[in-house]
Amino acid sequence: MSNRSSLGAKLIAAPYIVWSALFIIAPLIFVVYYSFTTADGSFTFANMAELGKYAPTFLRSIWFGIVATLICLVIAFPLAYFISQKTDKVQRTLVLLVMLPMWMSFLIRTYSWMALLQDTGLINGFLSKFGIDPVHMINTPGAVILGMVYNFLPYMIMPIYSVMAKLDYSMVEACQDLGGNRLTVIRRCIIPMSMPGVVSGITMVFVPSVSTFYISQKLGGGSFDLIGDVIERQFQQSYNYNLGAAISLVLMVLILICMAVMNHFTEDEEGMII
Amino acid sequence: MKKVFALLLAFVAATLPVFTGFAVEADEIEALRGTTLYVYNWGEYISDGSDDSLDVISEFENRFGIDVVYDTFDNNETMYSKLKSGGVAYDIVIPSDYMIERMIAENMLEKIDCSNIPNYKYIPEKYRGLSYDPKDEYSVPYTVGMVGLIYNTSMVSEAPTSWKALWDKNYTGSILMFNNPRDAFAIAQSVLGMDYNMQSEAAWKVAAELLKEQKIVSPTYVSDEIFNMMESGEAAFAPYYAGDYLSMKDNNPDLALVYPEEGVNFFVDAMCILKGTKNKLAAELFIDFMLDPEIALANAEYICYASPHTGVYTNPEYSYYQDEFLYPEDGQFKTQNFLNLNPKTLALMSSLWDDVKNHIPNSDSSNYDFFFGDGELGNSNGTVMTPEAWNYVIYIGIFVAVCLAYVVFRYVRKKYREKV
Amino acid sequence: MKIFSKLYTFLVFLFLYAPIIVLIVFSFNSSSSTSMFSGFSLQWYKALFQDEATLTALYNTVILAVVSSVIATVLGTAAAVGIDKLKKGPFRAGVMATTNIPMMNPEIVTGVSMMLLFVFVGKIVGDGAVLGFGTMLIAHVTFSLPYVILNVLPKLHQTDKNLAEAAQDLGCKPVSAFFKVVLPSIMPGVITGMIMAFTLSLDDFIISYFTSGPGFQTLPIAIFSMTKKRVKPDMYALSALIFVSILVLLIIYNIAQQKSEDKSKKKG
Repeated sequence: MSNRSSLGAKLIAAPYIVWSALFIIAPLIFVVYYSFTTADGSFTFANMAELGKYAPTFLRSIWFGIVATLICLVIAFPLAYFISQKTDKVQRTLVLLVMLPMWMSFLIRTYSWMALLQDTGLINGFLSKFGIDPVHMINTPGAVILGMVYNFLPYMIMPIYSVMAKLDYSMVEACQDLGGNRLTVIRRCIIPMSMPGVVSGITMVFVPSVSTFYISQKLGGGSFDLIGDVIERQFQQSYNYNLGAAISLVLMVLILICMAVMNHFTEDEEGMII
Repeated sequence: MKKVFALLLAFVAATLPVFTGFAVEADEIEALRGTTLYVYNWGEYISDGSDDSLDVISEFENRFGIDVVYDTFDNNETMYSKLKSGGVAYDIVIPSDYMIERMIAENMLEKIDCSNIPNYKYIPEKYRGLSYDPKDEYSVPYTVGMVGLIYNTSMVSEAPTSWKALWDKNYTGSILMFNNPRDAFAIAQSVLGMDYNMQSEAAWKVAAELLKEQKIVSPTYVSDEIFNMMESGEAAFAPYYAGDYLSMKDNNPDLALVYPEEGVNFFVDAMCILKGTKNKLAAELFIDFMLDPEIALANAEYICYASPHTGVYTNPEYSYYQDEFLYPEDGQFKTQNFLNLNPKTLALMSSLWDDVKNHIPNSDSSNYDFFFGDGELGNSNGTVMTPEAWNYVIYIGIFVAVCLAYVVFRYVRKKYREKV
Repeated sequence: MKIFSKLYTFLVFLFLYAPIIVLIVFSFNSSSSTSMFSGFSLQWYKALFQDEATLTALYNTVILAVVSSVIATVLGTAAAVGIDKLKKGPFRAGVMATTNIPMMNPEIVTGVSMMLLFVFVGKIVGDGAVLGFGTMLIAHVTFSLPYVILNVLPKLHQTDKNLAEAAQDLGCKPVSAFFKVVLPSIMPGVITGMIMAFTLSLDDFIISYFTSGPGFQTLPIAIFSMTKKRVKPDMYALSALIFVSILVLLIIYNIAQQKSEDKSKKKG
């Protein structure tokens, strides 16, 4: 009886397994297939060989991604901590306020940043009222990174906050009892314990930052190509699927390696608490 | 006057259930009722009912009961890429001359039966049998035009005469540039006195070097975003299509246009029917409808491009009747046409375009003096790793080193504590 | 410290809301500019309700989100139940790793890979118009499935395995045992998963961008093509309306939750 029902229960997962084979695994096989073929389908390494010239773009994307992630972390950590110190009711309201912007299309919000940052934009208009010369902000690397931080900041705040909100405060109190001042408590106790949240926050900010294309097009004016722009251009403009697939494949592998390395080290980290 | 005319036009249109020109029998048109027509056109390229204009698409739908699914693209290459992927199917598409030539060569277009398009009579001799479609089998001209240099008179004191204004360091940060390879390269080729359709790989590379040098003035690469940016006074210079200049000028009277002395691109955008269309008769009906003098006039008024339609440009009521920018005298300006490039040159162009977009200028390897002074052409093609890229290597290296050092530090301390 | 924390929180929220404030202010602009405010007017709200294309896009977005989240929830819940029964081993590990792929992969790679698949299949079948509602639906279901599964699995762990067996011993058929005993206990996870799937689908741009076809535009796609041209403030008006309605929904939800908590406290 038990056996039969568990067989039935396994079968219930079958549709999903078929689905994921068709629409998760098969597409990735196509990416690999296109990466190593020419437009007429014969095997080649040419696409991979051509990738060398995109090395600067890869490096730029990775560096912008790292900077954006670090800034998000620096902004989000104190905020998450402050929120977690408030009363339950205030906490809930603040969390809703953090999530609320995510319900609006990020395209229109990024576009709205253009109106703020332009040479004739609102910030410069505001500055000129005080006699300050206009500052050129749009179409700079700074504007692109600002766009990334703006768009992905909630993805950093949320996981850190949710870990902090569930922290075992008897540990924190024990720490205080042992004579730690406020900063020591944060450094030796709160930071190590909220590490899982930090790690998932880093993943959730870094991956979309590295692969974005809309932000660099709008706030960078198309002058700072990121790897996402190159991929988008191969598919939507140059009609070079094979090169586009090759770049996608490398991007995917790079990110998976980054994630694997980070997860490996943070597993160590958990053993090192306090 | 324009408004009254539009209203009158709408009235006339509403009272004519089936207009008389179409050569196909009325019952055949009736049979098309309820079918769907897929149209793929440039953005901002049809009279759409805003600002009291005639809504051409709804007018067509109301008149014939054919549903129109209307999508837009922002340059020829995007359109080609979408169609070529095979993932989409449209009936009507409106590419530019060189793209039509390419699509004919690749067997993507369907022959048009001109006997189903009686209004074709309005296309004058000078727009027939053009080089991209010598026998007029595949395309019917929709608009013609030239690329010009738009500038903002409140930001630019002296009217420019040359494309070189787009490389002027005094306007760093307020220069716009085409975000598609063909138009962008054409400007560089004009400056260099080259042919737009040249085959020489070396010459294309020199043009690419010139486009890379433009990065010194940090141009913003745009397509139709240009409307907002020029109208709001965000940029001083922009190369774009003369017709769009006129519609921008309506919103910002400070704008002006010149056709630079080095020469400009003259283009024809034409309506084509795609291979594999499931509704060819409706497509021909649509093309004929677009050539209807009233509809063509409404479109020409709205999109402000020059019209190849005798019913429009000989009409004294037309707002741009004998306009100096849209209808210059033949030979008044130096022009060149785009032709289809061979696959090798096309691949070279898109690869060079990636290089241009990727390039970050640095003073050491700049060829600015070669193009605008008396320096020599340096060779920056050899190195992939620009100084900028090396900077990133260093930054990322430092970052990784710091992370590693921290991990090692934790590990050593842990071992040490375990010992204690 | 208190003042510092308040100021800090305020500044971060100012940063998060600056573009939204701009957007709402300019939705009341009397000219069509999105950078120069020339006077108050409601004309863009009026224009919005006459803009058929935008309203169709909104309708399409909602339809797609509803259908894809329902499919993802049913498929994902079933999958979670099945996976939960699987013995630990390479097969289960493989299934779980596959489930993680759409979450770990950059969205652009997911989008591109699905486009390659659809286009290839389209060429084989000889259908020139594969891209459209169907392909978008498949893509949306695929990227929301992991979120449903990962929300339901932990709840299944928490339910007592003996419950279902006890129900079966008492004469329940396995299927009805599932619906009467197991499903109610995992319901919170199912609902959270469904809401996440719905939200993700509503807001997705990148994957839709690569898998959409003519005639079926969602709102993010429409906004994208609009930001390539002239953005008219009617899109700002729509965003402002969406913002306000979500704000109201959240406030109501918040108050309701507060009330139910107060009640349960009183009872306790």
